Amino acid sequence: MIERNKLGMILFLLSESVFFLLLILAYAFYHTSGELGTKAAHALNVIQSGIFSVALFSSSFTLWQADRCLKDGERARVRFWLAATVGLGLIFLVGQGIEYARLLRDQITISRNLFGTTFFTLTGFHGLHVAVGLALLMILFGLSARKNGSEPSPVAMGSISLYWHFVDGVWVVIFSIVYLWGFI
Amino acid sequence: MSEESPAQRPISSLADMKEYRGIFSWIASVDHKQIGIMYIVSAFVFFIVGVGLAIAMRIQLMEPHAHFMSPETYNQLFTMHGTTMVFLMAMPLLFGVSVYFVPLMIGARDMAFPRLNALGFWLYFFGALMIYFSFMAGGAPNAGWFSYAPLTEKAYSSHPGLDYWALSLLVMGAGSVATGINLIVTVLTMRTSGMTLTRAPLFVWMTFFNSFLVILALPALNAALVMILADRQLNAHFFSPAHGGSALLWQNYFWLFGHPEVYILILPAFGVISEVIPVFSRKMIYGYDFLAASTVAIVFLSYAVWMHHMFATGLSYLVLYVFAGSSMLIAVPTGIKIFNWIATMWGGSIRFTTAMLFATAFLIQFTIGGLSGVAFAAIPIDWQLTDSYFVVAHIHYVLLGGTLFAMFAGIYYWFPKVTGRLLSEKIGRLNFWLMVIGFNGTFFGMHWLGAAGMPRRAYTFLDRPPLTTLHLVSSLFSFVLAFAILVFIWNVVRSLRNGAVAGNNPWDAWTLEWTTTSPPPVENFEATPPARGWRPFWDFRKKEETDHD
Repeated sequence: MIERNKLGMILFLLSESVFFLLLILAYAFYHTSGELGTKAAHALNVIQSGIFSVALFSSSFTLWQADRCLKDGERARVRFWLAATVGLGLIFLVGQGIEYARLLRDQITISRNLFGTTFFTLTGFHGLHVAVGLALLMILFGLSARKNGSEPSPVAMGSISLYWHFVDGVWVVIFSIVYLWGFI
Repeated sequence: MSEESPAQRPISSLADMKEYRGIFSWIASVDHKQIGIMYIVSAFVFFIVGVGLAIAMRIQLMEPHAHFMSPETYNQLFTMHGTTMVFLMAMPLLFGVSVYFVPLMIGARDMAFPRLNALGFWLYFFGALMIYFSFMAGGAPNAGWFSYAPLTEKAYSSHPGLDYWALSLLVMGAGSVATGINLIVTVLTMRTSGMTLTRAPLFVWMTFFNSFLVILALPALNAALVMILADRQLNAHFFSPAHGGSALLWQNYFWLFGHPEVYILILPAFGVISEVIPVFSRKMIYGYDFLAASTVAIVFLSYAVWMHHMFATGLSYLVLYVFAGSSMLIAVPTGIKIFNWIATMWGGSIRFTTAMLFATAFLIQFTIGGLSGVAFAAIPIDWQLTDSYFVVAHIHYVLLGGTLFAMFAGIYYWFPKVTGRLLSEKIGRLNFWLMVIGFNGTFFGMHWLGAAGMPRRAYTFLDRPPLTTLHLVSSLFSFVLAFAILVFIWNVVRSLRNGAVAGNNPWDAWTLEWTTTSPPPVENFEATPPARGWRPFWDFRKKEETDHD
């Protein structure tokens, strides 16, 4: 039988995926019903956001490494890979901040038009999930960095990994729809 | 009546439980039984408030052109009545019974995540207080329990009632998802030895499937709520047609949650009925597999019927046909259940205790509500009757005549387990008959009112022959219904003080919760008998008659 905390996390992510699905559907609905696509193509910087997205995608790899090293009992490496994951997550959030700042300078806000409304709501909630994930990862890092020999339990590491990979996967969908669809 | 319990304890009521003394033992509790009781008691407090709101509306509608209250107040009352009964009363009542009895029925010590359980309750509790706080903060929400856009946009409803509505539902929604997850994990990982899923009591099955509905439907509401909050607080345009937004998007999202929600409200009630009917018919449940499997069908279909709430919004014929078809289809698994329950009673030696009376009335009234539901699936009938009192009659037959009657059956059945005292059967019968008369008197005529053209949510009506009489009759019977609730409260208070001591198993039932003392000790069981069939406690006591599955 699957471990109960992981099962709880999987069910939570199932629930979260419905939440994101509906926000994404709202974006897609207005994308097809108006000129949202052209607005997106004009407003967004795909290359720059693409680079920052790579940071988020690779953080899934570093976290997977951390998880593997924890199982092998290599504590120093766990610390390293967790720090790398947190760093990559932070880079992604900074990238999102830069994108937001540029949009706001161009007067594209949540109340400007439907593109602003759907874009900021969708990416904002994703960013919030990344931030929560970072807090969890920092707790794991704090546990592994303490001198008294404590380390994160494999269950905690496994559950938080599930969450992080999910947030990462959601971004694959959001990036494809919000950033790439506008150019087709 | 208690029998063969190892080391009989002197505990015979909740007041004897020294672990439950003092307010702090409740506030800080992570015991699923205390949390269950807190859910049920809070739900009942809000139930009485909701009944009060309904009675106020019935007074306003007693005669045409009445001025008992202003139209603005009336709008707030029907909104708060609907919201209270669905989110503050029915869901927490079902959650309360679920978190109390699921661990007991599967022989577990507690829920899988006891602290998450407490979090779920307190999110509900404070969310509920928040929505009632709106009365003091500039006015309660007034756009109906489904708050259709664009009426809910800031431009049309500038006072903060709707912000409280959305925030409060968001908080309670998060709590519901937490409890849903908790129940699923509990059922999957905490069952006692020998209790395979196919031997779990049907109440556990229904709660289990229901929890999937909860965790997959509530986020749809939550998404819609954050969107309406963005519209209202940040001037976003999701649902505002003036800026290219779509008011129908709200309806789609709300009913994508809303239709599974009505099954969230009925499935645990089905579970209660599936426990009560076999015990008082002295027979095994008929068609266990079909009852469980038809629940899966309901869960899937409930996600494919939401547009039948929107038949009047100008959908294409293809969409109309698909959703009319799926809505009629969902009556099939529901009908299977009704036949299973009747077949269980058939040829049984039925004991008409109060619990069984409520269960029997449930079967009849829920069938009436189900049939008017199928009528609505026929598109021309829906077009004629939508937004009329026929809908009000339908929803009350399903949720009051259905869910609430089933929950009363459950309360009369399980009250002795929770409190150690039996409810009075004599007052119970009075309670039952007053409720049947009050309920049917109030709502049966509403079918006719709707057919005669009375629109729902209307503040008053014209003095025309059928309307005046029917409204008056409905209002008078609603007082009987309210009186029935008072009789119930009297029964509870009286029985808590000096009801007959219940003993472990007053009904000679066969699921695991009856093996332990009433009320159960903090640790639930000293030892659980291994489950070898569908009726573990029966098998344990009557080894020669063990069920084989």
